[in-house]
Amino acid sequence: MTKEQVEVKQQTKRILNRFGRKKGNLVPILQKVQGKLGYLSREAMVEIAEFLGIPEMAVYSVVTFYNQFRLNPPGKHSIRVCLGTACHMKGGYITLDAWKRRLGINRGQTTPDWEFDLDTVACVGCCVMAPVTVVYDKPQGKVEPTKVDGILLSFKLEKERQAEESQ
Amino acid sequence: MKATGLQGVVSTFREIKSRAESQWQELRNSGKPVIMVGAATCGRAAGALEVLRAIRDEVKKQNLDCSLVEVGCIGHCYAEPVVIISKPGYPPICYGHVNPVIAERLIREFILGDDPCLDFVLGALEENDLIPSFSDFPRAKFERKVILKNCGHIDPEQINHYIANGGYTALVKALQMPPEAVINEVGRSGLRGRGGAGFPTGQKWEICRNAPGSPKYVICNGDEGDPGAFMDRAILESDPHSVVEGMIIAGYAIGARYGYIYVRAEYPLAVHRVQVALRQARKLNLMGKNILGGDFSFDIRLFQGSGAFVCGEETALIASLEGEPGTPHYRPPYPATNGLYGKPTLINNVKSLTYMRHIIDNGAGWFTTTGTERTKGTAVFALAGKIVNTGLVEVPMGTTLRQVIFDVGSGIQKGKRFKAVQIGGPSGGCLPESALDLPVDFDSLSGAGAMMGSGGMIVLDEDDCMVEIARYFLDFTQRESCGKCTFCRLGTKQMLEVLDEITKGQGRIEDIDMLSQLAEDIKAGSLCGLGKTAPNPVLSTLRHFRDEYEAHIKEGRCPALMCRDLIAYYIIPEKCERSCDACVGTCTVEAISTNKKRIKVIDQEKCVKCGTCLNACPPQYNAVVKLSPPSEVPASK
Repeated sequence: MTKEQVEVKQQTKRILNRFGRKKGNLVPILQKVQGKLGYLSREAMVEIAEFLGIPEMAVYSVVTFYNQFRLNPPGKHSIRVCLGTACHMKGGYITLDAWKRRLGINRGQTTPDWEFDLDTVACVGCCVMAPVTVVYDKPQGKVEPTKVDGILLSFKLEKERQAEESQ
Repeated sequence: MKATGLQGVVSTFREIKSRAESQWQELRNSGKPVIMVGAATCGRAAGALEVLRAIRDEVKKQNLDCSLVEVGCIGHCYAEPVVIISKPGYPPICYGHVNPVIAERLIREFILGDDPCLDFVLGALEENDLIPSFSDFPRAKFERKVILKNCGHIDPEQINHYIANGGYTALVKALQMPPEAVINEVGRSGLRGRGGAGFPTGQKWEICRNAPGSPKYVICNGDEGDPGAFMDRAILESDPHSVVEGMIIAGYAIGARYGYIYVRAEYPLAVHRVQVALRQARKLNLMGKNILGGDFSFDIRLFQGSGAFVCGEETALIASLEGEPGTPHYRPPYPATNGLYGKPTLINNVKSLTYMRHIIDNGAGWFTTTGTERTKGTAVFALAGKIVNTGLVEVPMGTTLRQVIFDVGSGIQKGKRFKAVQIGGPSGGCLPESALDLPVDFDSLSGAGAMMGSGGMIVLDEDDCMVEIARYFLDFTQRESCGKCTFCRLGTKQMLEVLDEITKGQGRIEDIDMLSQLAEDIKAGSLCGLGKTAPNPVLSTLRHFRDEYEAHIKEGRCPALMCRDLIAYYIIPEKCERSCDACVGTCTVEAISTNKKRIKVIDQEKCVKCGTCLNACPPQYNAVVKLSPPSEVPASK
């Protein structure tokens, strides 16, 4: 077992200590573990199954059923393009294309440098600000292709600033 | 014994209420200006937090003594971020489209100076001689705020604000009534469940109370998965205690001990505010063991839904609470008799529960004075899409769609023509102009091929393609189908493929009949509401907008100029201004170049049809147009 895997196991265990051993806690446990580790690794799922005394398959089937859970590590910044009705009709699909083009990845993927991961979300309920993109937990309104470039530019500037400061 | 217990409840609450009232009075009547910033999710998306920061900095810089309050959503979402300033000597004034610069000006010129900055005013909250108030707006005639009354006017994270505005009195009143009388009151009010199906709430409560088994559970269904709906989010973010109070009343009436609020994880702010509300209610003993020192105990937990649309269906919701994948089960038995862990479980929508405090406080008779013969009370809609006044509205049941869209919503953006209104999300349908005079209630909307749903209303204009919106919803339901029923799993996929081909201009005329046939089969062969209603967007658009389907199939043309495979962007040389190159600079894929005559030309091979050039072209030239079919573009010389 690698060092990371041991670390994942320990962190998962620490989270599990706060929960009772009943199956109804499965979804909240998965949410907490993903919140802490960013995704649900094989080791974490095995640990959870053991804790609740249920087959590993039962954990895996819940993880793959719900859209919220992910099986691979996320990027540093998560980009979620809202595809609710209002966003779609106001060009959310065009915004999604712009993100794909600029980041060079498809939905559900992470950039090779682990900076960004791109996905869609059914609706964040900010329909009046359509089209919406959720950039790292913050919903941003009226994100059209030019604003995609603007958001990416601000990330780039921020990164350069941090690099300068650390020098 | 019982009487002293109840008297204890009443007197304990009286103390809580008087503390809350004095805190509220201190805020309102201290002589200090009060600044309220609407910071629900939609406000935040528009920059409310930046405004809040700017105000805080400026107040500090000017060394002012005023109270700054974060409130929820006032409903005028089109004007976000919204700031309400109450300064002694002035009526409370609401400002719209505030940005940090305007915010600083408001502080300097209105709070510090005495100029109410009329340029930025949206309206006053009270009638006065200085500024037009919201009640003077033409839309006020049609609106009637009951459950949205507190939204945007109190701090959702302060239980005392809620209590001072009449909160939890209904709970105390209910606790003094026999549970049967509470159910009777709800039954007499005629309230029908606001989740979409419209089942009589009182009847559901009675079934659940009489069902054998214990413990019983109350679940608040806040899994607002309909894309395009945000009423429940706004209520949970702006007035979470009204939902909590409704749940406790429900718990008392049916004899439950535990409750769950099921909120989507996609609503992190709503989750946070509910958590705060539950903590505060527990601290004041309005919830928990022996509420207010009486005999009744009830506790609520928050459960976060994990992003599955089907979990809005009650049996699927219960499955996910039990730690299973959210697949629905056959009904009956209904959850009211066999629900969570096989026990009687009451599942009500957020809005249904929010009505409780008003029904108990004011009585069933009061509630029945609003609404239509068969649907009492008010309807809450989330207006979005191509409508001028996007936002949250509450109108009496029976108001017509035309009044909601044109009088309350002020019609269509940019002077465009109304085409359709999509009601009820993926389960609903698109209604054309001819249906606009239908009164809003459960029965008339389903008669017209749409459904009330939970209240999302997306207004579509002439630029929206009806085939594309049907395709969009099928894409959604196809992905969200849990996969249990074959017809839903495979049928929606088939329909989606057919619609995909039509929007690409590769459809055949027989496809239209095939769509109708598939729709009937999916309806008949699906267990839950998701499958039973999934074909509705296709059926309703076929019924009202068949000509658009035919244009796609027969002419390879998208009449609304939306379907990307059937349109091309073109710059009209005669209109293009030589000295301007706005489009060249904004094109995201560098597909626009300048020719020898300094006229701009789009390289159709490179163009990704994002429409940025069309937005960038200055209105005085208006040289960029969309053409359909793409063969309309003249060959370049």
